[in-house]
Amino acid sequence: MLALIDYGSGNIRSVTNALKREGADVELVSDPARLAAAEAIVLPGVGAFGDCVRGLQSRRLWEPLAEWLAADRPFLGICVGYQMLFEESEESPGVRGFGFFGGAVKRFTTPGLKVPQIGWNQLDLAAPAHSLWRGLPPHPHVYFVHSFFPDPSEGAIVTARSTYGETFAASAARGRAAGVQFHPEKSQAVGLAILRNFIASVPARALAGQG
Amino acid sequence: MGPGEDFKNPAASVKPNPLSRLHSTKMLTKRVIPCLDVHDGKVTRGLQFGRAEEGGLRNVGDPVELAIRYNDQGADEMVFFDITASAHGRGTMIDVIERTAAHCFMPLTVGGGIRAVEDMSAMLKSGADKISINSSAIATPELISAGAERFGSQCIVVSIDAKKTAPDCWEVFVQGGRKPTGLDAVAWAEEAVRRGAGEIVLNSIDADGTKAGYDLVITRRISEAVGVPVVASGGAGTLDHMVAVLAEGKADAVLAASIFHFGEYTVTDVKHHLARHGVPVRLPETVAN
Repeated sequence: MLALIDYGSGNIRSVTNALKREGADVELVSDPARLAAAEAIVLPGVGAFGDCVRGLQSRRLWEPLAEWLAADRPFLGICVGYQMLFEESEESPGVRGFGFFGGAVKRFTTPGLKVPQIGWNQLDLAAPAHSLWRGLPPHPHVYFVHSFFPDPSEGAIVTARSTYGETFAASAARGRAAGVQFHPEKSQAVGLAILRNFIASVPARALAGQG
Repeated sequence: MGPGEDFKNPAASVKPNPLSRLHSTKMLTKRVIPCLDVHDGKVTRGLQFGRAEEGGLRNVGDPVELAIRYNDQGADEMVFFDITASAHGRGTMIDVIERTAAHCFMPLTVGGGIRAVEDMSAMLKSGADKISINSSAIATPELISAGAERFGSQCIVVSIDAKKTAPDCWEVFVQGGRKPTGLDAVAWAEEAVRRGAGEIVLNSIDADGTKAGYDLVITRRISEAVGVPVVASGGAGTLDHMVAVLAEGKADAVLAASIFHFGEYTVTDVKHHLARHGVPVRLPETVAN
């Protein structure tokens, strides 16, 4: 079973639809006890960094997710679900992220730039061989909606970059955990391929879709 | 540099390289957005602004079928307007959005008849990503901030119907362009953004449905006045109109209905035309697996 974390953060219907379409046995999980049955986790996130962290904490999901990450199990964070993998965010000073990746989340500050970035921007695949990118064209377009972006302290974790005023880490990964700043569930064929690749990276029994 | 080399090299940090930035052709692309006016579960199109209610509608088909067609053509987003704007219409719209969201993995915006945060919530739950409000935002500006606080600014689009009422003066109208509000279009756009709107749709009433081209002056003024994206709507008759509003009009996206519905142009045609004229767009991409 693929656990899609449901913690009151925005609309997760499209993520559910997209994962199901790609063959995953998706379950919306808000009860930490259900994680025992999960082989993979997708953590979406819409809204403010601090609200998302508190949403996970108040549902007692924070510690189990931190343990999951530490155990190097299959994990995909989307948008703020990706940003929370870092140490902190300028959006919510004083609120700690998972710190799974070093570095902080920053706001776009280039003068004259419209914020949020809304729309389709191109990826530079910094790690073209990463499993998430299998089958993609060299510079695929994906859909972004965000005002903040992670600035990793370590370049080696960056798997894709994108440029909006400044170049930022559009995706990062370590072991079986990855995060993307864009919305694969809103990125048409390219986005569906990325989700398909994530599902394919999970041990086979999770995909069977028995449910 | 071979594949993966960049990844292995810790020196290749994400710190921006000014030189590579200057030479990069990669940037946020301009969006092409088909708009579907939905009346009683069918897509319709009035010949000119406000005529819909007067029986000047042309029925152009099933919204979900059209949405799938535009999705396949590479539309960057889709907008659905409930022009019934009744409780019954809202129920129909929820069904349309649910069915569209099951097939089209792209951003969907819904507008028309949204008067409360609960209406927004129902649309978002059915699969919409953004909510567009127009006259209800004028009647109750607090609705903008309430929506933005609850769902985030990126969710809240304020749509403005503007009409040139005097030289160098554009006024906001409601009720299909019939009722003046006394609001200055630029000032209202600024206020909407201050209250939390994450995007502005500017519908030029003079131009809407006439196919004479977008109003470039007011589009540019609003785009330069606000720090959020501006979507130009109303008046697309030729592909050059779209080039003009994205280049001279400084719009971030174009929204159009008629030229797509009646099969004059596909979304792909539009994008190829824009690309040929130097407008950055997302062209079809092939996925190999």
